[in-house]
Amino acid sequence: MNPELQGRSYPPTPPYLVGREKVREFARAVLATSPLHHDPEAARAEGYADVVAPPTFPIVVQDATLQQLLADPDGGVDFSRVVHGDQRFTYTRPIVAGDELTATMTVTSVKSLAGNSMVTCESQIVDASGDHVVTTVSSLVVRGDA
Amino acid sequence: MTALDGLEVGQVVGERTFRLTRDSLVRYAGASLDFNPIHYRDDIAQGVGLPGVLAHGMLTMGVAVQPVVDWLGGDSGRIADYQVRFTRPVLVDAQDGAEVTVVAKVGALDDAGARIDLTVTFGGETVLGKAQVRVLPPR
Repeated sequence: MNPELQGRSYPPTPPYLVGREKVREFARAVLATSPLHHDPEAARAEGYADVVAPPTFPIVVQDATLQQLLADPDGGVDFSRVVHGDQRFTYTRPIVAGDELTATMTVTSVKSLAGNSMVTCESQIVDASGDHVVTTVSSLVVRGDA
Repeated sequence: MTALDGLEVGQVVGERTFRLTRDSLVRYAGASLDFNPIHYRDDIAQGVGLPGVLAHGMLTMGVAVQPVVDWLGGDSGRIADYQVRFTRPVLVDAQDGAEVTVVAKVGALDDAGARIDLTVTFGGETVLGKAQVRVLPPR
């Protein structure tokens, strides 16, 4: 893992259009049964424009930033050795179907500990107006050869 | 509409047990785009030194927050922040699956709302550390 990656920012990801069926599919996968995830009328009754994505849905949008990191020739990250260390989401508002989202990722820290590397990445996810929706912070542990 | 007044630190607001199966993992892989084969192939999982197929950490994280969403009357939009640390893997048996238990308790209360602390266990051991959900008061 290249320590010089610390502080590196990547270009915004191409817009991700949040589909209603994708929200429903993700909600079923995480056993999220609230009608707000499935029924647009129920979501509108609570003041949302369309079905509301479950709290961990931003991981789907963040995925494109992980691909940027893995594709970086300077990165030296071997995906088969990657273990998820921790994850955080800080929301300005929930994601709803119809949102067009882009993520801009910065590598905030690269550390070595006990033969492993730990890389922490922060992504700012904004909507089509450029307004903040959610910040994601992921730490990945890249296991050493030991 | 779940009001936060009247809550006390230490109060349990939700408790549930979920069964994750290999089917759950395949479904989550497709929904999340995380197709790492350690989540569906024992041979590959064992080849990298794991005991067998593991649940995606993000699946455990996604499921663990559901008792809080239920307590909020289904309005996940009242969650301001959600974080976890992945401390132990959830091994999913091909036949029996894995049983994951979540207890959601009030950890702190302040003007900004409530912090709900999740205790998430599998086989009697906690699998998530510092699992915290910040909840806003009703809109």
